[in-house]
Amino acid sequence: MAERVLMRNFDRASSHTLAVYREHGGYAGWDKARQMEPAALVEEVKQSNLRGLGGAGFPTGAKWSFIPKSHTGPVYLVVNADEGEPGTFKDRYLLEKDPHALIEGMLIAARAIRCALGFVYIRGEYVEPWRRFSAAVKEAYDAGLLGQGFDIVVHRGAGAYICGEETGLISSLEGKKGWPKVKPPFPAIKGAFAQPTIVNNVETLCCIPPIVTRGAAWFAGLGTKTQGGTRMYSVSGRVKRPAVYETSVSITLRQLIELAGGVSHSGRLKAVVPGGGSAPILTADEIDVVMDVDGLKSAGSMIGSAGVIVLDESASIPEALLVLARFYAHESCGQCTPCRESTGWIYKMVHRIVDGHGRKDDLDTIVDVARRGAGTTICAFYDGAVGPYISYIQKFRGEFEGLCRS
Amino acid sequence: MPKLTIDGKEIDVEAGTNLIEAARRLGIEVPHYCYHPGLSIAGQCRLCMVDIEKAPRPTIACNTQAVDGMVVHTQTDRVKETRRSMMEFHLINHPLDCPVCDQAGECWLQIYYMKHGLYEPRMTDEKVHKPKAVPLGPHVMLDAERCILCSRCVRFCDEITGTGELGIFNRADYSEIGLFPGHDLQNNYSGNVVDICPVGALTDRDFRFQVRVWYLDTTKSICPGCARGCNVDVHVNRKRPHHAGGRRVARLKPRFNAAVNAWWICDVGRYGFGDVDDETRMTRPQRRVEGQAVDTDWGEALGAVADALRRYSPEEIAILASPKQSNEDLFALKRLCEHRGIRQLAFRAPTPPAAAGDDFLLRADRHPNTRGAELLGLEGDVAGILSAAGAGRIKLLWVFEHDLLASGWPIAETTAALDRVETLVWSGANANATTARAHRVLPLAAWVERDGTFTNFLGRVQRFRAAVEPLGEALAGWDVVGRVMTALGAPAIGTRAEHWFRELSKSVAAFAGLTYQAIGDGGAMIAGAAPTTAPAPPGRRADAKVTA
Repeated sequence: MAERVLMRNFDRASSHTLAVYREHGGYAGWDKARQMEPAALVEEVKQSNLRGLGGAGFPTGAKWSFIPKSHTGPVYLVVNADEGEPGTFKDRYLLEKDPHALIEGMLIAARAIRCALGFVYIRGEYVEPWRRFSAAVKEAYDAGLLGQGFDIVVHRGAGAYICGEETGLISSLEGKKGWPKVKPPFPAIKGAFAQPTIVNNVETLCCIPPIVTRGAAWFAGLGTKTQGGTRMYSVSGRVKRPAVYETSVSITLRQLIELAGGVSHSGRLKAVVPGGGSAPILTADEIDVVMDVDGLKSAGSMIGSAGVIVLDESASIPEALLVLARFYAHESCGQCTPCRESTGWIYKMVHRIVDGHGRKDDLDTIVDVARRGAGTTICAFYDGAVGPYISYIQKFRGEFEGLCRS
Repeated sequence: MPKLTIDGKEIDVEAGTNLIEAARRLGIEVPHYCYHPGLSIAGQCRLCMVDIEKAPRPTIACNTQAVDGMVVHTQTDRVKETRRSMMEFHLINHPLDCPVCDQAGECWLQIYYMKHGLYEPRMTDEKVHKPKAVPLGPHVMLDAERCILCSRCVRFCDEITGTGELGIFNRADYSEIGLFPGHDLQNNYSGNVVDICPVGALTDRDFRFQVRVWYLDTTKSICPGCARGCNVDVHVNRKRPHHAGGRRVARLKPRFNAAVNAWWICDVGRYGFGDVDDETRMTRPQRRVEGQAVDTDWGEALGAVADALRRYSPEEIAILASPKQSNEDLFALKRLCEHRGIRQLAFRAPTPPAAAGDDFLLRADRHPNTRGAELLGLEGDVAGILSAAGAGRIKLLWVFEHDLLASGWPIAETTAALDRVETLVWSGANANATTARAHRVLPLAAWVERDGTFTNFLGRVQRFRAAVEPLGEALAGWDVVGRVMTALGAPAIGTRAEHWFRELSKSVAAFAGLTYQAIGDGGAMIAGAAPTTAPAPPGRRADAKVTA
């Protein structure tokens, strides 16, 4: 296993406290960053090849540079801690075990984008992470780290998956229904409260302090050619040791499954969801893929939030799709038509198939409906649903047909 | 001024124009549901997809601003296929209850399915069920199953009225339009949500189940409900008189005029036409014989009024015109007074009835032509006329439309004054308490039964047009006065409202140069008046939205 960067403090007692964090080099990055020009910080992050770890994999330094230079009003930093992608449970550990790493990352990011106010939007179900993080924010205020030109507002969500979509999150933060916004304008131009806004994932920002202290080149060297660093893979399902594993993004899926103790239950691998529920499924033959953004992309899937769900031979793919289809039909925000209408329709069809009342032409209908809606919606939610709809049926059609009556 | 190409045609548009509007200028229709030019961009229905060269996939036209050199295609196979898909998505949970839906015939689901859908339905599963026939307020009924969740009504209440009664509740395909707890859709403009609803989700409680829309005829007109003069279309039912209980005017709909009312009208005006067909209408000339109203004919009636006008000296004659009358009607009275030398001519109710305006379109002055009466110089001494009548100095009083017994004037005093008038002539469309005291009643055509012009409070002269025939033997005001003048031997002016307006524009400076043709459908300002624009809505303006 590669050096642990993000989880470096996880095994220490009271790792969530300011004292322990500082004892092991915490806030050294901030001390260094406050001597640096904002432009230099943005450049450093660009050089590190850090890519967003929330799902979209967008280069973080490039995102920061989109704030209009001519803007004179406030700029906001919004932290997406609404971790809701099925199979993903990494940010909760960061919030619980190393909350000061996020605060330090926010301080540095805020300096880079000239921001005086940050919001941390925490998933409503994450009670303990919220408590730990809020306590850390208080410690940081008491220690004078916050309140000296940068403030943090902690906001709890109320349990909607769509509020993890960055503009849905912003709508919710503004006090509105958590509907994604029509783009353009993009958040970096007009985001929260109509001001330029950078939305970053928890894990992404936790990478910032080590980048500043140890240098962009070091960080870039930890990963692949197009993505620097390590990341935290949430490995669950039919593996012997389900857990969060931090490793270089250059690891292959096969190696990652081995790291998690190998396949459990039947011991024979059937399929893997490599990047959270919205990632197209991979068959047992497709696991020699490099687990970085571009590796998964070239394999026809996506790394997403790096939630790895392993399915062994005894698992039912149609039932797995039913779980996801129910999820998307429940969580679609309902704002735009293709997603609102097809998620429900597809769920009904999958449900009917699993219940033994399906027809083979339902499978063609599902794939066709999914394709027709893909790329037509306001946000990426529906494209995320389309990946499983199509890939599960295409790669495991026989299993679905076996359930159909005609 | 970006210049772009749409379907091979070039056009210059103002910066900030979106592709739906740019295409519209070229006569190219980009189908859409959620987009409305008076509201913010929602981008929800996803129907307005067009292909833009160099873009990887079709893009929504509503949220895409024209850029110089942009090349847009609205008819590629890919765009057509996308529209077909969007139509299928809009319709899978729709109840398809067109035979019992009031929107049928003017429903954009029907229209676009025929133009852009025409797919074979594939949805065989149970549809989502939602509340039906839910009254949202006094005027609007919701059928949530028919709703396509375009959010126009929600945006209207947020951005135009600023009252925010409506929201979209729940998520996914169980989302539905609804009222916030403790609210009713009861603002002065609630009827507009029915107009902007592209489907049968929001229907008009007044119009519901009255008549199918394909039996309706449309006439361009002006709302007579207040001094704003909102532009309206009058929808009348001539083809199925046995429907709707004989009600000829089925409904009023706002007609876009950027200078007056934009896309909207208030509920006071929208639902204010009920008296056109009600039992108070006067349809025959009448005279009073031994206290009883007896029908007569126009020949006898006009002769008698002409006689009275001749018999009394001008000082014994007074005319109380009405700001409900058209410029043509009022001009005819002005001419009559000039011909006979009558100086006691006025138009205001003794005490204007108390009414409140609002912060948008509705004016406290509920008369359509107060400004016209002022410009024609009809501002006389009403109190003086009534006190002269009380003193027995008025022998002939000709009252138009007013109810002097409900005008705030002391009733006993007014009754006594009217009793002393030898010949009380009352002319109007709908009877009131004063009508019952008149010696002569000359029935006038209602506003929807005649042509004419009103001058709104900002000096905009606007045409209204006859949408139905006058009931019974009712005549336009200018026609009655014109016939009386002919009987008095005055030179004839003409047999159409337009003839009177032509004469009016020649003799009243404010109207100089105006003709029916120049006024057209949109109206024209009186001489020297500055051009107007519709007032800014009190709600959160689309362009002032905190978020896009």
